[in-house]
This record gives sequence, C-alpha cells and structure tokens, in this order.
Amino acid sequence: MNIVALKMLVGDRAKYLGIITGLTFASLLITQQAAIFIGLMIRTYGSITDMGYPDIWVMDPKVQYLDDVKPLQDTQLYRVRSVPGVDWAAPLFKSYIRARLADGTFQTCIVFGLDDATLIGGPPEMAEGSIADLRRSDAVIVDEVGATTKLARPPRDPDGPRVPLKVGDSIELNDHRAIVVGICRGSRTFQSQPVIFTTYSRATEFAPIERKRLCFVLVKAEPGQDKQELCDRIGRLTGLTAYTKERFSRMTVVYYLKYTGVAINFGIAVALGFVVGAAIAGQTFYNFTLDNLRYFGTFKAMGATNAQLLGMIVLQALLVGAIGYGLGVGGAAGIGYFLRDTQLAFRLPWQLMVASAGAIALICTLSAITSVRKVIRLEPAIVFKS
Amino acid sequence: MVAQRNMAVHCRGVTKTYGSGDAAVQALRGIDLEVREGELMMLVGPSGCGKTTLISVVAGILDHDGGQCAVFGRNFLEMAPKERTQYRGRHIGFVFQAFNLIPPLTAAENVAVPLMINGMARRAALRKAGELLGRVEMGNRTGSLPAELSGGQQQRVAIARAMVHNPRLIVCDEPTSALDHETGHHVMEILRSIAMNDGRSLIIVTHDARIFGFADRIAKMDDGHIEKVVNSAGDL
Repeated sequence: MNIVALKMLVGDRAKYLGIITGLTFASLLITQQAAIFIGLMIRTYGSITDMGYPDIWVMDPKVQYLDDVKPLQDTQLYRVRSVPGVDWAAPLFKSYIRARLADGTFQTCIVFGLDDATLIGGPPEMAEGSIADLRRSDAVIVDEVGATTKLARPPRDPDGPRVPLKVGDSIELNDHRAIVVGICRGSRTFQSQPVIFTTYSRATEFAPIERKRLCFVLVKAEPGQDKQELCDRIGRLTGLTAYTKERFSRMTVVYYLKYTGVAINFGIAVALGFVVGAAIAGQTFYNFTLDNLRYFGTFKAMGATNAQLLGMIVLQALLVGAIGYGLGVGGAAGIGYFLRDTQLAFRLPWQLMVASAGAIALICTLSAITSVRKVIRLEPAIVFKS
Repeated sequence: MVAQRNMAVHCRGVTKTYGSGDAAVQALRGIDLEVREGELMMLVGPSGCGKTTLISVVAGILDHDGGQCAVFGRNFLEMAPKERTQYRGRHIGFVFQAFNLIPPLTAAENVAVPLMINGMARRAALRKAGELLGRVEMGNRTGSLPAELSGGQQQRVAIARAMVHNPRLIVCDEPTSALDHETGHHVMEILRSIAMNDGRSLIIVTHDARIFGFADRIAKMDDGHIEKVVNSAGDL
C-alpha cells in the first residue's frame, strides 16, 4: 500500500506542493534564524577562541563576560606567574578607543594590547604584514573587515566606493598617531566594531589614563596540569578569578543570552517559523486527508486495517517532511554560503541541522496525528453516501 | 449461529437506529432477509427506506443495534474489529454508485488495491488485476487513469476491483444510477455473467427499474422493513 499512499499524495499536485512549501519555509526560517543566532553568539566570544595559545584567562572576580573589563594592578601579572602549574602568563589590555577618521568622523574600535615581548594574544591569521611588525614605531594591525568598512577612507570620487585602509596608512587613535603595519583576519565581534591590535605599552598610551590598566592575564598551563585545578589554585593564591577558555566563552554567551534581547528576538523568529510552517503544512495535510476521506473509507470497507491506513499517512508525512526539510536546510545553507563574505553572522553546525530535523518531524507528527485521528474514527459506511 | 446451509446472508429481526432521544431515526425495523449462495438479490424501495443501511450492516461496515445478521455463517458483531475488517477484506467486494476509484491510480492499480490490502505483492497484484480487467473488457485500458475513462468504463473497473480478490459476496450500491440505459445494461450483463461465477452472491441496491430483470429475487423495502420478496419485477 506504500505506493498507493505516495501516488495519492503526489496525485493532488496543488496540495502536495502546498505541504512541501509550508515545511520548506518552516525548515528554512527555523534553520536560517537559528544559524544567525548561533553565528552571533559565537561572535560574542570570538576573541577568546581566536587567541589559541592561552588555556586560562585570569581577571577581576567581578568580571561577568569578555567585554566587562575591570582593570587590575600590573603587579597581579607577577603574582599569577608565581602560581605553581603556570607555564607562562602574559598581560592583555582590552579597551574601546575612538578612532578619528580621515573625513573627521569617529569610529569606536576594540583595541587589544599584547605582551610587548611575546605578542601573545595576537590575531590568528594575517592577510597582510606580520605580527612582528607591531614592534615598529606606532604600529597597529587592523582587522580586514574593519579596514574595508568602518575604518575605510572616504571615496576619491563623491560617488565612488570607500577606499580600504591598507598597510602604510595612518589613523588617529584618541589623538595618537598609529601606522597600519598589517591587516589580519579573525572572528568578527558581536557589535561589529573594528578590531585593532598593538603592543601592551602602546595600547595603554592610546587609551585614556586610568589608575589600573591590566585587563586580563593570559595563562598557559604546564604540560599535564589539570586546567580547572590550576584555575582554582590561581583564584586561591591571588584572589583573582581564573577561567578556562571554554568556560569564559560559555560565560560570555550566557551573559548575552540573559541580559540582551537577542535570545528572545531570535527565539520569536524561530518560533514563528515553526508555528507558520506547522499551520501551513498541518492545515494543508489535514485538508488533503479530508479530501481523501472517501478513499480512505473505501480502503477501510475493502478490508484495510487501521494500522495499514496509519502506515500510509505516516509514509506520506515522512516523505513531505524529508523533502521540506531538505529544501529548507539546503536553502538556509545556500544563504549562508552566498553571503559568507558579508557581515552576516551565520553558523550551521550539525546539531542545528538535527534540531531543525526534529522540529520538522514534530510538525509532520502533529499534522499526521490530526489526520490519523480523522481516518481512524472514520466509519467505513461513508462509502455508501453519495 | 443463525446461518443456514448454502446461505450467504441470513438476517433475523435486524434493527438500526441513528441518533438518540427526539432526534432518533429508526432506519431498520426488524429486517428478515436471506440471500442464497449464487443468488442475485436486489433491494428496491423509495429513498430513505433503509436499503443502504441494510447493505452496510450486511457488509459489516455498520453495526446494527438488534437482531442477528450472519454472512456465510459468521456474525460480524461477534468478531473483534480487526478480524471483522480482515473477514470483510477477504469475503466481500464492493461496487459503489460513485465508483470510488482512486484518481491518481491507473485502472490496474485501482483493481489491485484489494489484493495489496490482503498482503499480495504489488507486481503479482497488478498481474491479476490485468487479468480481471481483461474479463470486463478493459484489458486495453489498464494504464488509464479514472479521469480518462467514461462512466461505464469506470464502473467496469470498479466491478473488476470488487471481484479481483475472489470474494463470496459482492454488494453494489446503485451501480447503474450514474450511467445511461445502454451502459447500465452492459454493466449489469457483466455483473450477471462474470461476477456471479463460482457461486458468488450479489446484493444490489437500486432504484433503476430497467435492471430488475437481472435479479433472481427482489426485496421491496419501505420504512425500515422488507415489505415483500418477489421472484420477478412483475410481482412488485
């Protein structure tokens, strides 16, 4: 009876396409919105994961997330270095500093100050120049997206495109001259500000004067050292708080989820995708079943059991679900692929694809249950009604 | 057990009421009916007299409230739902007024449906369906969709579908009412000559007096009971 079920389904072309369309849109909306949400959440801690060498971030105990900087005394760096199990520790400065652009406008940038000696905490990939060039006078490295967008120079012609910042150009950071010595690639930030790397000492010169300047201490654990144990030890011996890279990333995401509207905004979009998809697909599938009730009644009269009819409806639901899911996820992946070079935050991990499949399966199950109830309760005597 | 030897259908005092209270409608008021094996019985009577309700009860697709009704010695009310469904699938064939062919299925696939319901593999079912279509003079239209067939052709496909699993009883609801006289006559010839082979019994509900001549016996119904059973239309 499987072939009969499939032929009945595709035989009503309009309803078949209606169900597929509903499920495709549901799958597309759920997957695409969730992928953007995940992309944005990953951006919140991109700077943490970009810094590949350190295992542990040490900070003031009141810090709640990456951008919540509470400076420490510079001497805290030496206390951390003295903790048993610490292989090395490097200072990291992080601050928001205004850059004055060539056209006189201002742009707030995230400035990272790296350990002058080791340059630990630098960008993961250089598009132009070298991290070592930071040792040159007034040197800064600018991220590629910032250089081509928010920090780009005014167009040469009034209607022309803005001119990307390039190596050798100078910018003004809080009234200090800085020379671009490199262009880097890295994770984009949540608020999409340009990211600038320089040395620790130079960054503290660029930034407004504060009593304390050390923002984080980046720590590498000795080989074989349990990282969580080392975090606890650093906390005990210094009075600071230390987190593994993974835990600090999680904390940052949780902060954004709890204290910004991003989760509810995207949650509503995802829920709407689910509800609209369920409504379209469910209603069309139910109507399809109602339209075929006479034929299901005929099958019943001819001896089809409820289990056979249930199997037919489940097969129909599975087919439209699989096609709708495939088209929707494919569409979402296509959007992500074609817009990969834009500012779109898009990340499609396999877990999201599984979750999206689960959502579509739920829609199909709800649709099928509604239809199955009607068919199971159907009196086969309906076949004699003209 | 109320069934008699060589009796296809044996009903005694069958009652059926739709609804309850003030809205109750008594559709069958103590029906006594016997259909012998190999017999073509027609049920006639005015609209609303209970003909369709009676064949629904006989075919096991509607439960009656009182009395007893056995088909080949088996009472549907004494069977579990699944057993009843399977018994119906094996022993009873249906021909409907509106044909009830599945639109996206070809003639052969439509005819094969009862076989597939009973578990036969699709290929074997289609082969047997092709044979049956040949017997109802539709061998050259096995791949046609219902929409591509005339009313008479659709009813012949429906007859093939009713016979394909070799049931012992076929119930037909107004099989000629949607057809012109000539086509209806041809459909009845097929039912009479082919469907009744092998001692098969037929119950036909009809208003169409032009086909009364095909009946072995005619039961005239009125207001939920059988008024009389006669051997020819002239006795009505």
